[in-house]
Amino acid sequence: MALITCENVSLGYEGLTVAKDINFSIYQGDYLSVIGRNGSGKSTLLKALLRIKEPERGKIVYGGGLKQSEIGCLAQQTPVQKDFPASVFEVVLSGRAPKRGLTPFYSRADKKDALDKMELLGITNLKERCFRELSGGQRQRALLARAMCAAEKILFLDEPVTGLDPVVTTEFFNIINEMHKNGMTIVMVSHDIHCAVKYSGRIIHMDGGILFDGTVDEYKKSKIGAEFIGGHKHD
Amino acid sequence: MTDLFEYISVMFSYTFILRALIAGALVSLCAALLGVSLVLKKYSMIGDGLSHVGFGAIALATALNFAPMKFTVPVVVVAAVLLLRVSESSKIKGDSAIAMISTGALAVGILAASMTTGMNTDINSYLFGSILAMTKEDVVLSAILSFIVIVLFIVFYNKIFAVTFDENFAAATGTKVKAYNMLIAVLTSVTVVLGMRMMGALLISSLIIFPSLTAMRVCKKFKSVIFVSALVSVLCFVAGLIISYIASTPTGATVVVLNIAVFLIFAAAGKIINK
Ligand SMILES: Nc1ncnc2c1ncn2[C@@H]1O[C@H](COP(=O)(O)OP(=O)(O)OP(=O)(O)O)[C@@H](O)[C@H]1O
Ligand SMILES: [Mg+2]
Repeated sequence: MALITCENVSLGYEGLTVAKDINFSIYQGDYLSVIGRNGSGKSTLLKALLRIKEPERGKIVYGGGLKQSEIGCLAQQTPVQKDFPASVFEVVLSGRAPKRGLTPFYSRADKKDALDKMELLGITNLKERCFRELSGGQRQRALLARAMCAAEKILFLDEPVTGLDPVVTTEFFNIINEMHKNGMTIVMVSHDIHCAVKYSGRIIHMDGGILFDGTVDEYKKSKIGAEFIGGHKHD
Repeated sequence: MTDLFEYISVMFSYTFILRALIAGALVSLCAALLGVSLVLKKYSMIGDGLSHVGFGAIALATALNFAPMKFTVPVVVVAAVLLLRVSESSKIKGDSAIAMISTGALAVGILAASMTTGMNTDINSYLFGSILAMTKEDVVLSAILSFIVIVLFIVFYNKIFAVTFDENFAAATGTKVKAYNMLIAVLTSVTVVLGMRMMGALLISSLIIFPSLTAMRVCKKFKSVIFVSALVSVLCFVAGLIISYIASTPTGATVVVLNIAVFLIFAAAGKIINK
């Protein structure tokens, strides 16, 4: 079942096209990695899928009963003002806000979910800390927890492991795996091609458009995949 | 000491002071609540722009013999919608657009007022405020407004936090960001118009900006910033009103100076706490 479908989508900024002729669907249960060099339009595509950015041409259709409030997401950069007063708990809990509709206050279930996600990501001890005073990796984990609170059907992640230490990175991929097994659809932008190949099921390779779209095995066998994977080996 | 209390109780036996107290405290409360979001979204200039538009509209209303409130409120609401559009579209141009609209409205207001009254008492009371200006209707209106603001703030508190903290995330997860921004802008414009007559067009935006900045010096949670700024705002207003009565100073300016003093105290306290 297709959750999101792109039909002849072109993306760009003020007339400058970044990627064009994008046609693909995200299916329920996908574990999709989007890869490509810097500036190839990965983040732009994600923003368009999230309907934060209008496509220049074409249509992006939500299907399979997907509602925007069932989406969780983590942006590549979250601009947070230097002096924004918010505790880590408040930030994580705000991931549950879309589900509240117009009912005021968070329920006990909301708070428990937020605490569970914080536990998973190992930031329980930061609960009352001020968000703006966290280290880069701690911030990333708090925003991840918020994304996980929001995600009901599909989770979008734009370079989620940036700034995470190796131990937390491995744990993070395990958590995502677990969520995927429990039915979550995952769409992840990543520069770590080896993790992408190891963990995900489907790969989209972008550069001004979609160069490749298929399973991991197909990608490994393809010319572009072999080059990209090979070219990224440092040892 | 008992003299002072007697003095104050005599003071509050005057109807116009009592009106000013009720309306002013309620408007201060609303301004503080809305101010937290406006300041954090870097929209505090909108409050300032709106007060100038309010001045222009009220002067025009007097010149043309319209009912001041019924004319001013819609005009300022429309201005709020416009200003929000402008500042959403692009940052740098937005700044100058706000300056253009607010100085333009100021000029229109001064012209209108000078043609009718000869530019004296009325202008003064619009620009710098007067507690004599509060009518019974104003009190009723501020009560209704603050009731609406408080209820909306409680109902939408989580969304307001989400929209203020991270607009993109809120939009991506299905929150109607534009609608919430609009709601805040419209409520702000009504607050500005109500507070303007007492505090003065030139001073009302300080009621929006100062309490939240003060609270942010010491508080690290959004919720506590909201509570503290509401408290600071109301207390500063009441104290300012009493002091202005005793010392025969203009109310608006007294309240603002008091807000500055409290801000400085909190800033110092914040420095010490964070050491
Ligand atoms: N706000 C913007 N305004 C104008 N151009 C932009 C904007 N954001 C991105 N671009 C341009 O669009 C192109 C694609 O950017 P995008 O952020 O989608 O790349 P990316 O694939 O995510 O790169 P990275 O791997 O570095 O994150 C780039 O050439 C960039 O310069
Ligand atoms: Mg990117």
